[in-house]
Amino acid sequence: MRRLLPHPLLTVTLAILWLLLVNQLSAGHVVLGALLGWLIPFATSDFWPEQIRIRHPLALLRYLAVFLYDIVRGSFQVAALILRGPTRLRPAFIQVPLVLRTDLAISLLANTISLTPGTVSAWLSEDRRTLIVHTLDTGDAAALVTEIKQRYEAPLKQIFEGSE
Amino acid sequence: MIDLLLSILILTGAIFTFIGSLGLARLQDFYTRLHGPTKATTLGVGCLLIASALYFSIREEGISLHEVLVTLFLFITAPVSAHLLAKAALHLKLKSLAPPPAQGSDTPPGTH
Repeated sequence: MRRLLPHPLLTVTLAILWLLLVNQLSAGHVVLGALLGWLIPFATSDFWPEQIRIRHPLALLRYLAVFLYDIVRGSFQVAALILRGPTRLRPAFIQVPLVLRTDLAISLLANTISLTPGTVSAWLSEDRRTLIVHTLDTGDAAALVTEIKQRYEAPLKQIFEGSE
Repeated sequence: MIDLLLSILILTGAIFTFIGSLGLARLQDFYTRLHGPTKATTLGVGCLLIASALYFSIREEGISLHEVLVTLFLFITAPVSAHLLAKAALHLKLKSLAPPPAQGSDTPPGTH
């Protein structure tokens, strides 16, 4: 099974991507999409050493909702900060200790941090246990670290790594 | 009615993109500047894309879903480029308003 279909999830994603790209739903394109989705993972298997497993699809949906809400909320905050004037910013580097272990979960966390306004992930330590994040305006660094861990890291751990 | 909604979306998108660029011009060091453009793409371009999807879904046959792809690719690439820029900046030890992270075994590189 693993030989024939190394990454089922990637296959489905690629097939859907193909249908979105051609922007039409016909039998021919479904077949072509499925074929591409089946072949491309073989060519890129070196980039996906781990099997991806989504353990909690519902938690993933909730995570996406929180993520979208935070983008909107954070955009307004950053817009306000920029308009208020650059001199009053309190930028800082904060260190987020990671409990995530899989590459995919860590990259998703780093991407989430960068996309939610006000924070950019800047550095991942070599042992992959600390993520250094640059923030635009920090009042309480410890509180922000706690927020990132509870709001993003905990659900990601639940979704991709299960609770061990 | 729909025109009004579209105009509001496009204006909101434009305003956020503008504020993002303003941040790029006004902020003082490389790291804070990085926040402006990465953020503008998220909400500003998001609004523009929703407007585009609505417009083409209404004016033409069928639903337009290309915008979903644009969003997806943007959400994958924007944070990666921002991360690499920040990482390169840390590596080069650019001037920073915030005290740079402490040097240690698991923090950014010491001297080469």
